Amino acid sequence: MNYQLRRGLTLKLAGTPGGATFDGKQPASFAIKPGDIPGIEAIPHVLVGPGDSVLAGQPLVRVKAQPEVQLSSPVSGRVYEIRRGPKRAVEEIVIEADREIQFVEFRKPDLASRDEIVRLLLESGAWGLIRQRPFNVFANPGVVPRDIFVSCFDTAPLAPDPEIVMQGREGAFAEGLAALACLTEGRVHLGVRAGSKTVAVDLSASLPKIAIHQFDGPHPAGNVGVQIHHVAPLSKGQIVWTIKPQDVAIIGSLVSRGVFDARRTIAITGSNLQRTGYVQTRLGAAVAPWVENNLKAEPARLVSGNVLSGKQIALASHLGFYDDQLTVIAEGDQPEFLGWLLPSYPRPTMSRTFLSYYAKDREFDVTSSQHGKKRAFVMTGEYERVVPMDVLPQHLLKAILGRDFERAEGLGIYEVVEEDFSLCEFVCTSKQPVQRILREGLDWIRSEA
Amino acid sequence: MRQIRQLLDNAKPQFSKGGRFEKLHYVFDAAETFLFVPGESCADGVHVKDGIDLKRTMFTVVVALLPCLLFGIWNVGHQHFLAAGELPDVWSGFLAKAWLGLGVVLPMLVVSYGVGLGIEFLFAVLRGHPVNEGFLVTGLLIPLIMPPTIPLWMLALATAFAVVIGKEAFGGTGMNILNVALVARVFLFFAYPASMTGDAIWVAGPPSKFVDAYSGATPLAVAYSGGMDALLTEPGSRFTLSNLFWGTVPGSVGETSVVAIMLGALILIATGIGSWRIMVTVIAGAVACAALFQWVGIGPFQNVPPHYHLAMGSVLFAAVFMATDPVTAAHTEKGKLVYGLLIGIIGMLIRIANPAYPEGWMLAILLMNVFAPAIDHVFVAANIRRRGARATLR
Repeated sequence: MNYQLRRGLTLKLAGTPGGATFDGKQPASFAIKPGDIPGIEAIPHVLVGPGDSVLAGQPLVRVKAQPEVQLSSPVSGRVYEIRRGPKRAVEEIVIEADREIQFVEFRKPDLASRDEIVRLLLESGAWGLIRQRPFNVFANPGVVPRDIFVSCFDTAPLAPDPEIVMQGREGAFAEGLAALACLTEGRVHLGVRAGSKTVAVDLSASLPKIAIHQFDGPHPAGNVGVQIHHVAPLSKGQIVWTIKPQDVAIIGSLVSRGVFDARRTIAITGSNLQRTGYVQTRLGAAVAPWVENNLKAEPARLVSGNVLSGKQIALASHLGFYDDQLTVIAEGDQPEFLGWLLPSYPRPTMSRTFLSYYAKDREFDVTSSQHGKKRAFVMTGEYERVVPMDVLPQHLLKAILGRDFERAEGLGIYEVVEEDFSLCEFVCTSKQPVQRILREGLDWIRSEA
Repeated sequence: MRQIRQLLDNAKPQFSKGGRFEKLHYVFDAAETFLFVPGESCADGVHVKDGIDLKRTMFTVVVALLPCLLFGIWNVGHQHFLAAGELPDVWSGFLAKAWLGLGVVLPMLVVSYGVGLGIEFLFAVLRGHPVNEGFLVTGLLIPLIMPPTIPLWMLALATAFAVVIGKEAFGGTGMNILNVALVARVFLFFAYPASMTGDAIWVAGPPSKFVDAYSGATPLAVAYSGGMDALLTEPGSRFTLSNLFWGTVPGSVGETSVVAIMLGALILIATGIGSWRIMVTVIAGAVACAALFQWVGIGPFQNVPPHYHLAMGSVLFAAVFMATDPVTAAHTEKGKLVYGLLIGIIGMLIRIANPAYPEGWMLAILLMNVFAPAIDHVFVAANIRRRGARATLR
């Protein structure tokens, strides 16, 4: 099927990864951050202590509420520290990596047996790579999902090119898809950019239970939530799983070789970096080696993920559990004289009150400035222009703020997660914290349901 | 620029928590954020935000209102001299007319902004919330929809009533149910009808200076009593279509010129700040309703063709600047179409069919402000129903 989406906005920012390989050292440390995975409690069961030696695939953390779900080390090495945040929440479990990665050898599963595949995914910690809708939490091993969705392209600002990150991993990707197909009673749906010749189309067309859907349009056409909405929308009580393409390949190598080989190709991006490009590393890599001696201006904002839905991280920190992109922009903490009247520098915008609106091909240097202060909702129709789904964002948000359970349900809270509304937050004239409101609503609904 | 910044930075501690003027924090904040867009970076959520903010949005509306304001100032003077039988030519005595008009309109602006912003700041201080930008527009709208002879104390009273009862009582900008500027007008309309209606209020200046035969009636009043014949035979051919189009006729300060309003509409639509859906549907509803009356044709006023109806009175000003207020209009895009259409139809219905009220737009918009949530409800409920139907299908 072909889906033509019209609403949305592709932000063009400076600092694209280009096609180049990033020359730099491999990071010395890697980390698992349980906080990146909604659904895991703030203090999960930590299975290792500082100084312990671990192998790649050895569990580090176990979910208290669901003890079969665990997160494993992406590398072999020594546990360096367990970083805790406020109220002793486990923020990062940092591993000093060996030069040569040693793997836990798992028994290879019978690819016809769903139980064996599930057992292997749980045992190896690869289970955490699969997320569950609604709510975008870790998948519940006790359910069989209606379908599994994989978006094979990313339309977010400065996002990595799927052809580059998947290069050389086509075989593992196809093996991963075959394994995933055993997990669902429905199909594995792949969303690809219309007209592109990606690995997914070539390899997967022949596999059973795989459906390929072509999407065309501006961001967020590449968001898996938007694709689910158009392919087979999620109704109350239904459950689907989602997973990113690189993680499909990780699962592929797990089922075929019996090792948790958490390889990731990362895009190092952002207008505040001197050099950008791609780098081959592993899940949860430390970001410092790519940022130090590479900044254009201080202070800088480091974002694990893209600037719309990513998380701000410290220089000493690591990439998020699901992220395959690092974005570095300048911190926008400078007041701007009469900036609301005559802006002093060009900026990305959806508003025709700025000349920048008409510079369609320009790649903007951006800062993290809010460009104004928070106000009550005044403008209407802004959010609808950037959400290519049959939902009414402003009404849904107001239903959440009013804690109106039935209305939020009726207006489709099960179909959206933060990243699908991130553009609403970008365009909002009143600078409302849209994603935070939605996450609070999702957590609230999940606790009620 | 750097000196201003330094001045603000030096003063800031005094206005912050624990400072001498802690209570006035939001007054200082309003001044500071007016001069400088604050150096506040995104906290959580997105890390890059659009350049647009509420100040720029409101300022764009103010710019869109400037043609109406400037033309209105001149026209107040022009009408005065016409009444006095002097300088009847449009091009003569520009400075004298502008000067006289400025003498009338500037005090109105000062009173409206002074009273309105005063109350806004007071509420900001009392309730501890930032000063909202909404009144920048409201404060300009109020004088533009008043007759030029309105006593300033009445204007002050109406502005105070509108801001306190129409807005702050509901929680401030963004929370109000009724269009604030129209609340000011409707208050005066019902509290002091003698100063808001009739033929004597539309021309500034003492009537003793006017020539004997002069009637200050607006084109709408003339058409109401005598239809097209009366309009076209008006002495001095004051009410030709061309005069109505350019706006050289008596009326509220900012509402007379079709050209000035269209310039404003162009700015609002080009920048995307005003909803073209509402503007177009209000006009469509008004034209349809007027055309229907003309087709039935029972009486001289009913026979006035739609294009005259559009050029007279405040229909266009209402469509472009009043109905489009995003807070009080319908919030769904489809709802806006219905909302606008109903305003157009009801407003024209009141104008033509109701003998009690001379003009219908203020009442039509306020009425639809009240019904806007009901219109939205229909479309929101439809969205919910679609989702529900889908769930049972699978």
